[in-house]
Amino acid sequence: MFRKRPPPEEERRVRANDREYNEKFQYASNCIMTSKYNIITFLPVNLFEQFQEVANTYFLFLLILQLIPQISSLSWFTTIVPLALVLSITAVKDATDDYFRHKSDNQVNNRQSQVLIRGSLQNEKWMNVRVGDIIKLENNQFVAADLLLLSSTEPHGLCYIETAELDGETNMKVRQSVSVTSELGDPNNLATFDGEVVCEPPNNKLDRFCGTLYWRDSKYGLTNQNMLLRGCVLRNTEACYGLVIFAGPDTKLMQNSGRTKFKRTSIDRLMNTLVLWIFGFLVCMGVILAVGNAVWEREVGSLFQSYLPWDPPVDNFLFSAFLSFWSYVIILNTVVPISLYVSVEVIRLGHSYFINWDRQMFCSQFNTAAEARTTTLNEELGQVEYIFSDKTGTLTQNIMSFNKCSINGQAYGEVTDPLEPPPKRLDFTPFNPLADPDFCFYDDTLLESVKVGDLHTHEFFRLLSLCHTVMSEEKSEGELVYKAQSPDEGALVTAARNFGFVFRSRTPGTITITEMGRPVTYTLLAILDFNNIRKRMSVIVRNPEGRIRLYCKGADTLLFERLHPCNQELMNITSDHLNEYAADGLRTLALAYRDLSEEEWEAWSESHRCAGKATDCREDRLAAAYEQIEQDMMLLGATAIEDKLQEGVPETIAILSLANIKIWVLTGDKQETAVNIGYSCKMLTDDMTEVFIISGHTVQSVRQELRRARERMIEVSRGRDGGKEGGVEGWEGACYNGNGFGGGQAGATGGGGGGEKQLQCPPPPGTPPPPPPPSPPPPLPPLPPQPPSTLMDNISGEFALVINGHSLAHALEADMEAEFVLTACACKAVICCRVTPLQKALVVELIKKHKKAVTLAIGDGANDVSMIKSAHIGVGISGQEGIQAVLASDYSFSQFRFLQRLLLVHGRWSYLRMCRFLCYFFYKNFAFTMVHFWFGFFCGFSAQTVYDQYFITLYNIVYTSLPVLAMGIFDQDVPEQRSLEYPKLYEPGQLNLLFNKREFFICIAQGIYTSVVLFFVPYAVLSDATQSTGEPLADYQTFAVTTATALVIVVSVQIALDTGFWTVINHVFVWGSLGCYFTIMFAMHSQTLFIIFPNQFHFVGSAQSTLLQPVVWLTIALATVICIVPVLAFRFLKLDLKPQLSDTVRYTQLVRQKKRKPVGRSMGGVRGGVGSVSEGRLGARGSSRRSGYAFAHQEGFGELITSGKNMRLSSLALATFASRHSSSWIDTLRKKKHAHTHTPPSASGECSPAPSYVSGSVPPLSTSSSVLGGSQDTPVEEGTHTPPVQSAQVDPVPSTHTPPPSAPASEAACVDVVSPTSVRCPGGDSPGGWTLSLGMVQEALFGWKGIAARTSGSSSPGPPSVAKETSNTE
Amino acid sequence: MAKEKANSGPLARRPDNSAFKQQRLPAWSPMLTANTVLPFFYCMAVLCMLLGVWLLVTVQNTQELKLDYTEAGTCNACFAKRENASNALQPCNCTVVFPIEKAFKGNVFFYYGLRNFHQNLRRYMDSRDDAQMVGRKKNLKSPSTYCEPFEKDENGLPIAPCGAVANSIFNDSFTLVYHGSKGSTIHVPLYRSGLTWYTDKNIKYRNPKFVVGALQEYPNAFAGTAKPLYWHKPVYELDPHNPDNNGFINEDLIVWMREAAFPNFKKLYGILNRVSEPFTEGLPVGNYSIEISYNFPVQYFRGRKEVVLTTVTWFGGQNHFLPIAYLVTGGLILLLAVILTVIWWKFGKDGKNMKE
Repeated sequence: MFRKRPPPEEERRVRANDREYNEKFQYASNCIMTSKYNIITFLPVNLFEQFQEVANTYFLFLLILQLIPQISSLSWFTTIVPLALVLSITAVKDATDDYFRHKSDNQVNNRQSQVLIRGSLQNEKWMNVRVGDIIKLENNQFVAADLLLLSSTEPHGLCYIETAELDGETNMKVRQSVSVTSELGDPNNLATFDGEVVCEPPNNKLDRFCGTLYWRDSKYGLTNQNMLLRGCVLRNTEACYGLVIFAGPDTKLMQNSGRTKFKRTSIDRLMNTLVLWIFGFLVCMGVILAVGNAVWEREVGSLFQSYLPWDPPVDNFLFSAFLSFWSYVIILNTVVPISLYVSVEVIRLGHSYFINWDRQMFCSQFNTAAEARTTTLNEELGQVEYIFSDKTGTLTQNIMSFNKCSINGQAYGEVTDPLEPPPKRLDFTPFNPLADPDFCFYDDTLLESVKVGDLHTHEFFRLLSLCHTVMSEEKSEGELVYKAQSPDEGALVTAARNFGFVFRSRTPGTITITEMGRPVTYTLLAILDFNNIRKRMSVIVRNPEGRIRLYCKGADTLLFERLHPCNQELMNITSDHLNEYAADGLRTLALAYRDLSEEEWEAWSESHRCAGKATDCREDRLAAAYEQIEQDMMLLGATAIEDKLQEGVPETIAILSLANIKIWVLTGDKQETAVNIGYSCKMLTDDMTEVFIISGHTVQSVRQELRRARERMIEVSRGRDGGKEGGVEGWEGACYNGNGFGGGQAGATGGGGGGEKQLQCPPPPGTPPPPPPPSPPPPLPPLPPQPPSTLMDNISGEFALVINGHSLAHALEADMEAEFVLTACACKAVICCRVTPLQKALVVELIKKHKKAVTLAIGDGANDVSMIKSAHIGVGISGQEGIQAVLASDYSFSQFRFLQRLLLVHGRWSYLRMCRFLCYFFYKNFAFTMVHFWFGFFCGFSAQTVYDQYFITLYNIVYTSLPVLAMGIFDQDVPEQRSLEYPKLYEPGQLNLLFNKREFFICIAQGIYTSVVLFFVPYAVLSDATQSTGEPLADYQTFAVTTATALVIVVSVQIALDTGFWTVINHVFVWGSLGCYFTIMFAMHSQTLFIIFPNQFHFVGSAQSTLLQPVVWLTIALATVICIVPVLAFRFLKLDLKPQLSDTVRYTQLVRQKKRKPVGRSMGGVRGGVGSVSEGRLGARGSSRRSGYAFAHQEGFGELITSGKNMRLSSLALATFASRHSSSWIDTLRKKKHAHTHTPPSASGECSPAPSYVSGSVPPLSTSSSVLGGSQDTPVEEGTHTPPVQSAQVDPVPSTHTPPPSAPASEAACVDVVSPTSVRCPGGDSPGGWTLSLGMVQEALFGWKGIAARTSGSSSPGPPSVAKETSNTE
Repeated sequence: MAKEKANSGPLARRPDNSAFKQQRLPAWSPMLTANTVLPFFYCMAVLCMLLGVWLLVTVQNTQELKLDYTEAGTCNACFAKRENASNALQPCNCTVVFPIEKAFKGNVFFYYGLRNFHQNLRRYMDSRDDAQMVGRKKNLKSPSTYCEPFEKDENGLPIAPCGAVANSIFNDSFTLVYHGSKGSTIHVPLYRSGLTWYTDKNIKYRNPKFVVGALQEYPNAFAGTAKPLYWHKPVYELDPHNPDNNGFINEDLIVWMREAAFPNFKKLYGILNRVSEPFTEGLPVGNYSIEISYNFPVQYFRGRKEVVLTTVTWFGGQNHFLPIAYLVTGGLILLLAVILTVIWWKFGKDGKNMKE
């Protein structure tokens, strides 16, 4: 720890395979050391650290004082015994902790990696890896250090990594080596590689790397794309080679992990403040007594000198007073006994063990029990107000399952009826030998529909098997492994596979699937890749018959806009289904296709190619091109994927929020996914008044959005609080109340429900719908004065806030943060998406800074580490994603739902126990110590103690420690199940009611009162009393024994009153302590000890001669009664007049009344949306919910596929082989286009990154037909090509799903549409015009209803949601 | 933590299902309900009051007489004489006369009392060597440093007993004289032994070992030690009448060495010897005088000296505080109990939460 740090690097130079050269720079080695001590340094360093604790130093100081005979009012051992005890306990604990750190360090440092040394691969431990080494990584290995990727076994130096440990994103990422090094390939070539890398110094930016490679006189730029960072796992890549750039503590992972902060609980801090106050109090008492001593020595002591001359150094009363001050400091130091700290630690340790032992927090799936890794934070668990949760792996299992689907208006998927036994899982194997055995589906109607050959169903699954970027690997025949970039894509392809449309393999230009047992190869003409704005992806394929079809899947909001108008009816049904799915928290995708004619295709592909080649605004042009073709599609249906939540997550969140804990989700995921999960785990509910989405990209817009949100809140809450008599607002409120979420519920409840609703809130006839409360016009009016925070605190209504990572970055800026906190804290739920690990920590810090609240962060991945570390309490989810989070955490368990038990049961109890413990502890020490103060007035302020010195030594560590420890460890006010039943019981902890300054003063007052009684009652009685044999009782020893006994009895009675839960242990400890007191006292006063050490045990015989006196017992009894009765009366009154909830629960328990309904459980929820709710917002919310677009993946994979970069020759060969027999058409096609066909592998070599169409099948020349021309044709062709769909729509299809009145309406709309569509064609000559006219279409469609909604909708992110419209229709 | 178990199934690390570990120990959770608290208060009140009454009655049967003799009677001359330390060695006797109007029945205890004498000062109390007093030769010869400055005399001889406590021993002696009705004067016989705790007399204070029956046994035992500075005679000559009451086991010394807790105290001087008439029943009514050998100076510390005569009951001498305190406490508890009952009756929630 005293190692000198080299000066900060300015740049890093690393030469490959040249250790001598690299050693010059003294880069950190790859050895990671988190331990603090070794065997030799342990004692000095540990003692040094311990004496940095103020308390320990203080006691050392006291010890030194006691060694001065003129001052020493107590023997040295009264201090040294406890001090030694404390130091050794702490040392043992530190040693154990450090031992485990050593162990884990060793484990990491001793991981093996293959290092290229002098041309050969050698196994080396991680710790021996040096900067500049070349190491080989194999599949599924952890990356040992930050590496520059040199080459890989995959083509083009590509390799795949999973960065879950690093940033929590579970999708795979691609890294590519610089082309020159990727050719190096095998170890022999690499051994001679002597490139030099010059790059930035170590930093913590995970997504940025900037450097240059100098090799063979050329320069190559290096970016993050070339880097493999420590903590990543290599996936889907056989092996790769990398050059170590940063090692050990310099790696981005370690740089990101932040410094370990010593966490203190708020009780700790309060305790420290109080201890300081007590020190102040102590000094005051010392001063008072010293002044008393000065006066006394002057007035009396000086006269008494003939009997007791002053000690030699003392020559006047002032000096005597000075010494007396220190003497009293020694005596009175027991107001803050050292055992306080030890006892607190012991209690916390006990609570930690209870957490470790809790069977209800044991997860048998992972065979992990909960673990309290830090033993010092337990009571803080009872005060948590904010929980920051990661999403993936914490709330969700990160398992996607294809759950439901809607095909052509028919919904399939399990009907979750909790009453019925769960239906049998479908067995696919007899039907489909290629089925994935792990796939679960329960609805056999879907399978039947596939079997009978329903065209739509087939097309549906065909789409799923074609439209994706999954790579397949077929190790042996039929044993398919899909490498999906995102788990949801994998789930979809797997679903298709099980329903008979097995995706087998792909080449850059083909996709081979096995359709119902028949292999079919499609020509892949283009992949219209996914991106965040498009929220959809399409493929254009040519089937063996030569028909070209575009398959598209994507977010319904975007897809529905691009459907052919005659899909209206189907769209309504499907969107009803989608609403249902969304309400269940499923991630939905809508699927559609479009048939393309050859001409259309060729025209488009030409324009596409132009766009791809454009140098400026390529992205925009491409997007426009995509937009152009993805039109007039025919809806197939929708899928619903369940992002499986961890068990019990919604319940846990519900209970926690009833306990007034605010839950923030901080996730690296996309907004849609995050919001979706928010709904599915009931953080966001339909009852919420409003959900605000902040996604501005600039400071200004973020500020505006935040302010707007706040204004809305105030507005709504004013509306709510103020009278809302009748009028438009009232009507709206009622309407909203009945129909929480637009069409979603209407659809779910079916036609009848819709009719009823109409009765409930009929639109005022003849008048246009009430103008929605204007959502603030875009140019913000001059800022209203900052709403006072009290106003914001009293916001009624439930709001939620969703904020994007880039907006968050602005919101976290210094001048914005207050505003952000103000807004966010008024919301019931906050979801931050797309946040970086650092931002997570910043958010936590922000709340810590602005709110005096206890924060808890829970997460499972390495990306949560910083947040876990910066929160007051960090909880790691173990057993899922690695152990980084667990290692950084304070508590770990394997299921999110254990959080409720951790907080509501363990935390609550810990807090309660700790508070009771502290109250009692301060009380008992004041009662004990202040007696000396009163005695000072009678003993000439000479610092004479009241008690025997052994009593003083043992009082805190023996006589009174165990009962209070037992209470501190075992006490329970209400049984555990009650604290889960009544989450409101958690509130006292958050409000810090049980131990605060007020409580402290009450305790102190009680202690002082007790000390007064304990001194003056014996004084009054004994000063005159005699034994029955005539000997006076007023001697010092009798007085000491009497007072001590009275004290022990009083504090024992007091602990008996405080103990609410008398287990055997409490009994043993309380009675045992009393017994112990008498036993030890008799032993100390026995003649045996006296005869051995006459000067040490001069109380010989006091115990027996004192305790045999009835007067003494009468005195003790009197003192006890006087001490206890007021307390008893006070407590009784408090309980009787102002019972706390816990008292009530306890009382109920006691009286065994019939159990009542949980308090507060049903609170909230029902009140729904009274007051005005912006229609536009509602629409926005609908859309945000609905677009739970099930893609977690990134853009760019389509490009990789079409360029064939990510395909191995072997797999290509396999694919061609697989498709050969069935796809001779492809060969003919190839021959036809011979001149322009490239073989895929060679094509990919120099391929520019741009267009993701397949060059092989593109017509050679761009025709003169414009983009428009192509689209003009489309409707016509569509009409001819899709009769089945059309007819299906005309059929009065599943009337059960459609409210009868709506069917003719939409049909009419469908007819209506024809004219605007035809009008549109000549007019629209640009993509912009196109969209505009689309808007017109929609207006025409819903014109009579939609205008108002649309106006307000313009401020919301999405176009007006169809769901909303339909609900209005009804 | 959990012991390593033989089975390594999926539940191998599951914590034990013991009541202790799962915090389900059977327990008694008492609560302060009106049913328990109010009856308890009434009981306590009654109990305290009964006890108070009983004690009061008992105390009424005791008698006590206090007599400040610092300057009383002929003692004012001695008081003046003792003001000057140089007269310390000159004897001074005086007499104080007092009547007893009501006979002291039963055992009568004779105390001397000091006021404003701080035996409870820390340094004073420390200034003694119990190892010496228990007769350890080593400590006899080299007393503890705590005894300073009364550790060695000016010749460097160790002082026995050393320390400020022993040095300041109360050295007045008293003779109680009964002036009978016929003008006769009878010396009231007092036991001058049995004044100490058993443990003090038999364990805490021992003389140094010496050969029993040898010539000059005591002086030999204490050979090589000096008497404390303020003493008139060495420790082995404290009781001229009873040779066994000498050395460290002298009862007056032991009584003195048991330091008082407060600056005003009394110490037992003697017990009425009731073997002979007229004292078989206690002290009869009549005039008494105390002949005092007035040695102990109190002027230095503005102290007072007194003698106390008292009879005792089962719980000791006259002590009015205890019964009165019990009566008052009992009364207050009763009052409190009534108030609590009223409050409970009128406003009590019976454990129900207000919010509901």
